[in-house]
Amino acid sequence: MTNSSDILPGTLDLLILKAASLGSLHGFGVMLRIQQISRGAFEVEQGALYPALYRLEEKGMLTSEWGVSENNRRAKYYRLTRKGEKRLREQTDTWNRLASAMATVLDARPEEV
Amino acid sequence: MPMRFVLDRLFRRERLDHSMEEELRFHMAERAADLQRSGVPIAEAERRAQLEFGGIENYKEQCRETRSFHGIHSFFADLRFGFRMLWRSPGFSILAILCLTLGIGANAAVFSWIEGILFRPYPAVAHQERLFALTGTARGDPDDTDLSWPDFLDLQRSCTLVDSFIVTKITGTTLSIGDRAEVTTGSIVSANYFDAIGVRPILGRGFEPGEDSGRSAHPLTVISYQLWQGRFKGDPQIIGKTQRLNGVLHTIVGVAPKGFYGTFVGWAMQFWVPASMEEIFEAGGYKLEDRGARWIEAYARLKPGVTREQAQQEIAAVARRLEKDYPDTNRGRSIKLWPLWQTPFNNAKTLLSTLEIMLAVVVFVLLIACANVGNLLLVRSFARRHEMTVRLAIGARRGRLVRQLVTEGLILAAFGAAGGLLVAHWWRHALVLLLPARGGVAMHLAGEIDWRVLALSAGVCLIATLLLGLVPALQTRDLDVAGALKAESAGVVGSGRRAWIRSGLVVMQVSLSFVLIVGAGLLLQSLQRIRNSSPGFSTHEVLDTTVNLVAAGYDPQRAQNFQDELLDRVKALPGVESAAFARMTPLSYGSFSSTPIAVDGYQSPPDEQPIVQYNEVGPDYFVTMGIPLVSGREFSRADDEKSVLVAIVNETMAAKYWGGRNPIGERVQVKGRWMQVVGVAKNSKYQSVRETPKPFFYVPLRQNFARGPGLNIRTRLSPEAMTAALTREVHAIDRNLALFEVITLQEQVDRSTSPQLVAVTLVGVLSGLALLLAAIGLYGVMSYAVSQSTRELGLRMALGATPSHLLRLVMSRGLALTAAGIVGGTAAALASTRLLGYLLYNVSPRDPMSFGSAFVVIMVASLAACFLPAWRATRTDPLQALRD
Repeated sequence: MTNSSDILPGTLDLLILKAASLGSLHGFGVMLRIQQISRGAFEVEQGALYPALYRLEEKGMLTSEWGVSENNRRAKYYRLTRKGEKRLREQTDTWNRLASAMATVLDARPEEV
Repeated sequence: MPMRFVLDRLFRRERLDHSMEEELRFHMAERAADLQRSGVPIAEAERRAQLEFGGIENYKEQCRETRSFHGIHSFFADLRFGFRMLWRSPGFSILAILCLTLGIGANAAVFSWIEGILFRPYPAVAHQERLFALTGTARGDPDDTDLSWPDFLDLQRSCTLVDSFIVTKITGTTLSIGDRAEVTTGSIVSANYFDAIGVRPILGRGFEPGEDSGRSAHPLTVISYQLWQGRFKGDPQIIGKTQRLNGVLHTIVGVAPKGFYGTFVGWAMQFWVPASMEEIFEAGGYKLEDRGARWIEAYARLKPGVTREQAQQEIAAVARRLEKDYPDTNRGRSIKLWPLWQTPFNNAKTLLSTLEIMLAVVVFVLLIACANVGNLLLVRSFARRHEMTVRLAIGARRGRLVRQLVTEGLILAAFGAAGGLLVAHWWRHALVLLLPARGGVAMHLAGEIDWRVLALSAGVCLIATLLLGLVPALQTRDLDVAGALKAESAGVVGSGRRAWIRSGLVVMQVSLSFVLIVGAGLLLQSLQRIRNSSPGFSTHEVLDTTVNLVAAGYDPQRAQNFQDELLDRVKALPGVESAAFARMTPLSYGSFSSTPIAVDGYQSPPDEQPIVQYNEVGPDYFVTMGIPLVSGREFSRADDEKSVLVAIVNETMAAKYWGGRNPIGERVQVKGRWMQVVGVAKNSKYQSVRETPKPFFYVPLRQNFARGPGLNIRTRLSPEAMTAALTREVHAIDRNLALFEVITLQEQVDRSTSPQLVAVTLVGVLSGLALLLAAIGLYGVMSYAVSQSTRELGLRMALGATPSHLLRLVMSRGLALTAAGIVGGTAAALASTRLLGYLLYNVSPRDPMSFGSAFVVIMVASLAACFLPAWRATRTDPLQALRD
């Protein structure tokens, strides 16, 4: 995996919540969805994905149920809970503030100081 | 989280595991399908998917750990696994559990003794944490004194920080019911006794206010449950019946509850009488109105939240007021509070130092036992190296492994603790067995296993677990996956980390055993010296016995006639050289009379009152007892009621009050009467073999009559032979009289030194066990070293080493460990044997004899422990060893 596809530390949970908010998904689907909506920029490491899913489920952000996949196999589907939605909103706000602040900082020019 | 879900998680772990696996497999299949779509052949796709994903088990472990119930789950799993591992090697498990049972059991037993004898000594008594013992002190006198009844009443009236003061004074009687006569102990108590300690009689009542006043006005008694069941056959109509006690009919008003033994550490009280009956049970007349007569032992129950210091200040203030108001009797005197475990007037005091030492000893035994189990664990963890490495390789974290091993340690320690508590339970009465029986008097000296003891034992169990856990923790640090198959190099000469730990443990065991053996040796020597030290009177060839005339209801005149007649008969017996009565036998539990004295020409320091103890003795007392007279004469039959009052003083008294002048012919005032000194006796021991010389004097029994004196007989006959003859003579005078046991004075000395005996026995037994454990440890280390270095031994043999060479090689390695242990042990013993303090008698804590013997004992034990492994080394078959 290249450096560019590394996920910033602490952002995996946010990415998973966002992915799940777009519709219920199985684990593999979450991985693909993140890849897709980040236009390939982020590639979730498989080793980190499942512990994160279990952790979020444990915290009540996600809920899961068994269903049937598009090619007719039993698969576990994750869906955002109300608590997860709330958390996603908060995290999105936080992230946006942080990102704009970072952008401002990085745009600063000598004459502005 | 819904409950069903919780239960599901807790108990259906297998199913969850299964679903986890299914989920991960689905992921891999999807990935493979994905790859296939991009043109990879199916077989290659599956292979790559699997490769990318890595070990499924690895993820499963990580996923499990995110669950909140993971901790409990894995603990149960560890527990299950631990049990299975221990079950699979029963030899190891049994040995380890036995070692720990011994270590924890010894601790639990001593805890229970300390709890049951020192901290909560009185079963059924409420709020013992607020109970404190009370004694008097006198300026210039290091010993504690008893209290007087009027002082007690003043304390009761004046102290606001104390809930209640209670009086108990041990006494005895010969109880004759039907045809059986038995010596029985009881207590003289204040009327508030049962109420204050919260003990409610199961039948009848306790004493009521006012029943402790009035001279012999309330002949009432409360009897113990034991006495009720045993001697009165549980008679439900017992209340209101009468029983003769010391010649006076007492009405039984109550039966104390089962399991209540009174408030005297060591003895089980069988009856209680109110203080008003004092004169019937105590020598020395009516004392309830005499502030100078100090005879009661008392306790104070403080109000909740009051500290001992606060109560002590208040009590001391009252004592100062009494000192001012009653200078004649209270000059230089104060009153002191003691925590129960320091109570000076019962067996708490005599057992305190023994139990303190035991506490240190059992910690040593525990350490040694843990070291043994630690060594066993090390050997086993070597065998399990492969298992551990594999678990690491499939993704277990190191912490998980350590937790698994600690759990196994916990299982062992828990079994050891359970076994240990059983041991403590079985042994809770053991101390009574070590103390000599006293003529059938019921004793109560039991350990108490309550929640505090259980908590402490659990603490010990956890400490043991942690100590045991250290070993595997060190162990897993050394594990490395790559080196799984790399064999450890362990030669006879010992190398590598594990050999170092094992040797260290053995050296520690040897050191600790050495200290214990030195301690046992010092105590043994003290016991021998104390028993062989001359108490100042003959200990062999003098017998002692008592006929209780008071209990038989003799009045003074009849008692006197009886004594005269018995003495004549005894002197006429073949083999009897001489015989004499005396009120007190030295070194017995009772207390000597004491009196303020005045001596012509002696000026006492202003705030001090010269008080001296004395004994009332008959003619021929000194020749019978073998106490030499320095000058003057001994009492004769002529020193009777009609002749001039006389006294014999001891050397210390002569020196202190007459300052070197010869006191013979001088006068001494005793209880207001002037007596002429007719003799000076050599010092002897009076109350304790350990006491320092103190002033003491004797007065003739005839001039100071006491009804219940002891009979001392100088004879070469054995006590058994004498018992028969004496019983015959006593019965010839009065068929109804019972003879108390006949013992030699040596027996009396031995009984008075029983705390030493208890200490020697306990320390001896435990240091023996410690030595055995250490020897097993040494044997284990050496056997293991030999078994691990067959190659090296074979090679040496092939190169020409003779069997005797190999024997020396192994032995010298074992003895090097022992030597290191002895060096450590010597240093530790030099630093610590001083703690034996009070228990040492005429023996230096650095006594070379004891150190020398400990050295020899340890050397012999380690030679024995090393010999078998060394011999096995010489049997190594070089061809076989090199082929392997």
